[in-house]
Amino acid sequence: MAHFDENAKPFSNQWLNDRLAIDTVKRVLSTEYWIPKNINFLWAMGMILAATFGLLVVSGIFLLMYYKPDANLAFDSVNYTIMSEVGFGWLWRHIHGVAASVVFLIIYIHMLTGIYYSSYKKGRELIWISGMLLFVTFSAEAFSGYMLPWGQMSYWAGMVITNLFEGGSLELTGLVEWIRGDYVPGDAYLMRFFMLHVLLLPLVIIGLIVFHFASLRLPHVNNQEGEEIDFEEAARLYKEDKKKESKVIPFNPVFLSKDIFVMGVYFILFFFLVFYNFDFAMDPVNFDPADGLQTPTHIYPEWYFLWSYEILRPFPKDPGLIAFLIAQVIFFLLPFIDRSSNVAPAHKRGLFVIWFWVLVVDMIALTVLGKLPPEGMFNTLGTVAAIIFLLMWPILFVITKFEKKL
Amino acid sequence: MSSRRDFMGMALGGFSALGGLAALYAMKRSWDPLPSVKAAGFTTVDLSGAQENVLNVEKWRGKPIFILKKSADMPADERDVLVGSDRFLIAIGLCTHLGCIPAYLPDQEIFHCACHGGQFDASGREIFGPPPSPLVIPPFKIDGTQLVLGEEGPEYIKMKEAGVIA
Repeated sequence: MAHFDENAKPFSNQWLNDRLAIDTVKRVLSTEYWIPKNINFLWAMGMILAATFGLLVVSGIFLLMYYKPDANLAFDSVNYTIMSEVGFGWLWRHIHGVAASVVFLIIYIHMLTGIYYSSYKKGRELIWISGMLLFVTFSAEAFSGYMLPWGQMSYWAGMVITNLFEGGSLELTGLVEWIRGDYVPGDAYLMRFFMLHVLLLPLVIIGLIVFHFASLRLPHVNNQEGEEIDFEEAARLYKEDKKKESKVIPFNPVFLSKDIFVMGVYFILFFFLVFYNFDFAMDPVNFDPADGLQTPTHIYPEWYFLWSYEILRPFPKDPGLIAFLIAQVIFFLLPFIDRSSNVAPAHKRGLFVIWFWVLVVDMIALTVLGKLPPEGMFNTLGTVAAIIFLLMWPILFVITKFEKKL
Repeated sequence: MSSRRDFMGMALGGFSALGGLAALYAMKRSWDPLPSVKAAGFTTVDLSGAQENVLNVEKWRGKPIFILKKSADMPADERDVLVGSDRFLIAIGLCTHLGCIPAYLPDQEIFHCACHGGQFDASGREIFGPPPSPLVIPPFKIDGTQLVLGEEGPEYIKMKEAGVIA
């Protein structure tokens, strides 16, 4: 039996230490969790994502109290009850909608930062993979949430996306009907996506966030130069009050205070969008109730899915599906496609920096083209951009194979 | 089996796996379409009032059904449904690419899908864009001038055997 100090006052530090080892936990997870000094504001994106997820949970809880997951009632429960009857209902909806859109912008910045600074390899593979799992789960969460207002875009996005599971020429109609619980998206469909959106997927996301953080603890965060830091030595210097000589700072309170500054700037922009420019996150077509007998003239996904949608679009059905599948999983393989052992910022990695910026430009081009109607010139450009995207990966393999070791 | 402990482990693991599989099956079945959904009846449409080159859209099992009375200038096709001396296109009105509803353009006598630019002619055959196959013909039966959707009549079975329903 462990030793318990009988004189410790209930809930005093000593009392809690005996029962929960709170000092040890605090030390390991915050005051002696060392972060390199040599980083910039891009390293704050992780905490910004965590905070945005928090906002999504809180606003979601309030929306949940008046939302009705029923094909006949859903549309009015959102557009009438929540928007005009519930006190501040509009606020929760606009926070939820804007956050769902902005969270993807931050995810993309977070991912591209990781790629630019080679933060996905040499001990950091699991951080990258768990991050990609989070991206995929967030995508499923965004899609399932998009179904809930049960407007025209909800219905037809649901129709098109579930039809993808037909697998082209495999004609798995049974699988599609199984996913929907009906021949077309209907009540059963709406209810199960509601369940996924408010329970199962958030549980998975929370689990993955814990895993993502855990996978970061041993390899530590990367830094601007990709320098391999002797964390024990650096920590010793810091604790000896040689803070200037030490290459690290503790997560809490030093790094966190900078994080919170960046978060402050972010939230000013975020709430500016919520209060004055929420329209970008609210597709006007989705303010028409779902109608299974009337397709909207243009069906396009939210901006954050456009690049992968544009990879599906220019090809014939089967090759298009295969290209789309590749686009969904290829980023998972990044740590293994990159054959170079260099952990360094892209501008020190020779051809890799060109590869990086071509990837960024190509993905922006795919995003823009995905929004334009598939006609004439745009069709050709879309095909070219999609082919470039697919070729980027074998090219990465080759150029990193011959990359000079730093 | 080297020891009692191994045996206990295998027995526990085996029964747990069995229970797990049974639970998975129950979960799979819970996601199946309900019997009431599956039995969502048959739709009967009277074709006697149909006008040439005017698209009529009916709803069957939640899906739009295109019914188009062909005009004399439209070429005959083995997918035509004959009702008396009239020729009809009867098809599920969902683009075979990704399931959007194509619009009918009566001047050009084609169906145009706005989603990805696919086009079908008045016989429902794909003529442009990503659709990989013609519009699907739903199970139907002709009863005088009545069209019964959901039931396989002799005309439908003949088309199915000829392989022209999709």
